[in-house]
Amino acid sequence: MTSADAGDFVPVVRTVHRASSWWLLAACGAIALPLGAWAHTLRLPALAVENPAPGVYVHYGVEEEMTPLNAGDIANLSFVVGQKCVAVIDTGGTLAVGRALRAAVRRATPLPICYVINTHLHPDHVFGNQAFVRDRPQFVGHVHLADSMRRRGPNYLRALMRDLGSVAVGTTLVLPTHGVAGIERLDLGSRILTVRAWPTAHTDTDLTVFDEKSGTLFLGDLGFVDHIPVVDGNLRGFIAALGELKTIPAQRAIPGHGRADAWPSAIIAEERYLVQLRHDVRAAIVAGVPLAQAIESVECEDADHWLLIDQFHRRNVSAAYAELEWE
Amino acid sequence: MSSRALYAILALWLAFPAATWAQDNDPEASPIWQKVRADLFAGAAIAPGDSVVLLETPKRAEDAAIVPVAIRAKFPQTSGRYIQKLWLIIDNNPSPIAAVFQLSPESGRADIETRIRVEQYTYVRAIAMTNDGKLYMASNYVKASGGCSAPASKDAETAKANLGKMRIRVDEALVADRPARAQLMISHPNDSGLAMDQITRTYAMPHFVRSIEVRHDGKLIMSADVDFSISENPNFRFYFLPGSGGELDVKAVDNKDLEFTASMRLDSSRIGASIAR
Repeated sequence: MTSADAGDFVPVVRTVHRASSWWLLAACGAIALPLGAWAHTLRLPALAVENPAPGVYVHYGVEEEMTPLNAGDIANLSFVVGQKCVAVIDTGGTLAVGRALRAAVRRATPLPICYVINTHLHPDHVFGNQAFVRDRPQFVGHVHLADSMRRRGPNYLRALMRDLGSVAVGTTLVLPTHGVAGIERLDLGSRILTVRAWPTAHTDTDLTVFDEKSGTLFLGDLGFVDHIPVVDGNLRGFIAALGELKTIPAQRAIPGHGRADAWPSAIIAEERYLVQLRHDVRAAIVAGVPLAQAIESVECEDADHWLLIDQFHRRNVSAAYAELEWE
Repeated sequence: MSSRALYAILALWLAFPAATWAQDNDPEASPIWQKVRADLFAGAAIAPGDSVVLLETPKRAEDAAIVPVAIRAKFPQTSGRYIQKLWLIIDNNPSPIAAVFQLSPESGRADIETRIRVEQYTYVRAIAMTNDGKLYMASNYVKASGGCSAPASKDAETAKANLGKMRIRVDEALVADRPARAQLMISHPNDSGLAMDQITRTYAMPHFVRSIEVRHDGKLIMSADVDFSISENPNFRFYFLPGSGGELDVKAVDNKDLEFTASMRLDSSRIGASIAR
């Protein structure tokens, strides 16, 4: 455990917490700015969670890119409580969010946290891991997760520090201690979580979690609702995974981003977007449209439906093009 | 106002380092460019590209590891006047000279499209040397970062299995004296060796294509000296004059001296494609 993990300091933001007027805020800012090196990890209140089924808790992140304003709280984070212990599913985009999630767990149950599961390697899902190191859980991920985090993590961390600055202070890479290939069952005490590793789809490290007791399926970023789907692995694998996921008879699903209503209809829009993307990019390649023009010209299917089109659609086209041109 | 919003606003105050505003006003002021210019062109004058060469880049890249760039000539290649050499420079990359292309009148057009890695916000430059030895430059500022030190592949196993596979594609119906566009794809990780393994604290060996040569009936269409600033699976679009058909031959060599070749026979009427190892 690092000293930054003790969480018992009183950072300047605490003062602001009690401040009620703008001038005080500005004054604090003016003092704090030259003291950047002195910054501590941001302290957030416990995350708000919903309780859709007994023992199942979900925090819905905002559907945005990571910014200092949202502190990296942009992915859905969950935990499941058994008779014996707790499994946390994804930990948020900064140490601060991870701690706020841990505080929410502690409010819900005194049971120990025995598993921290990362559904894939993206920063908004793994950078809160460090908040749970003190619990000495098994950190569980896809069998490729450790390697992928080692290769891509340093870049993610650099980008996080660049984009979030002092909000991300203290955030580090915490790698999985257990890699899942295929399907494994984790026992929380009279409650079994089925953890399944997928072939390359959204990323090369996708993992889903199924809670048999409540019939809750945690999709990680194989599930996008409202937030435009993001392709950072293999578009064809992504479409195939969705086809298979739909056959799972779940009571409810928790996507990585956005809020699912009925299952499996919640992921139909996502599937339609990806299938259309594959179709349009293939057509561009066949027509000899170069990458730069395809990025401009391949339109977003059902553009009114999706959030964050400007941030992700063109990147999806670029990724799909680089993949599909080798078909 | 909620306490959460207050936290967040203060966070904003603290978060934005001054560097965020450091910007892109003067392409000549780049210190790396000053050095590259001295090394490559000694004291030679470089005119603005306007009438000779144009550079197309995105202002902000969607993916820093695959940034599409196009260099376009403002006039056709003729034996009287043609672009003989093109440099593609990325100031702030670990190795700024991304590619040096040689072209000929047989190229038809000195247009080249490829994809590059961009490590940090940078000027990208295309410098053309016409056959009279004069130099012209076009430059754009590109916002992208992490492209070089990002690990090469999203799917390393597949990449290894396909190493060195090539595809040649000719898009349009061929007319003897009209420049035809061709595309060359090389399956290669083009690894920069700049992604550090965080556990062993070591770097992978760089492994990248270093030269490419395209000939049509033995005559040089395009050659390129390149490095890992070119994206994984190097991809080039270029032009050539088809004449009466014949053979399009490609040879690529990587930094481990592995040699990859492919060729394509140009029937006068049909467009075909070849895949060769």
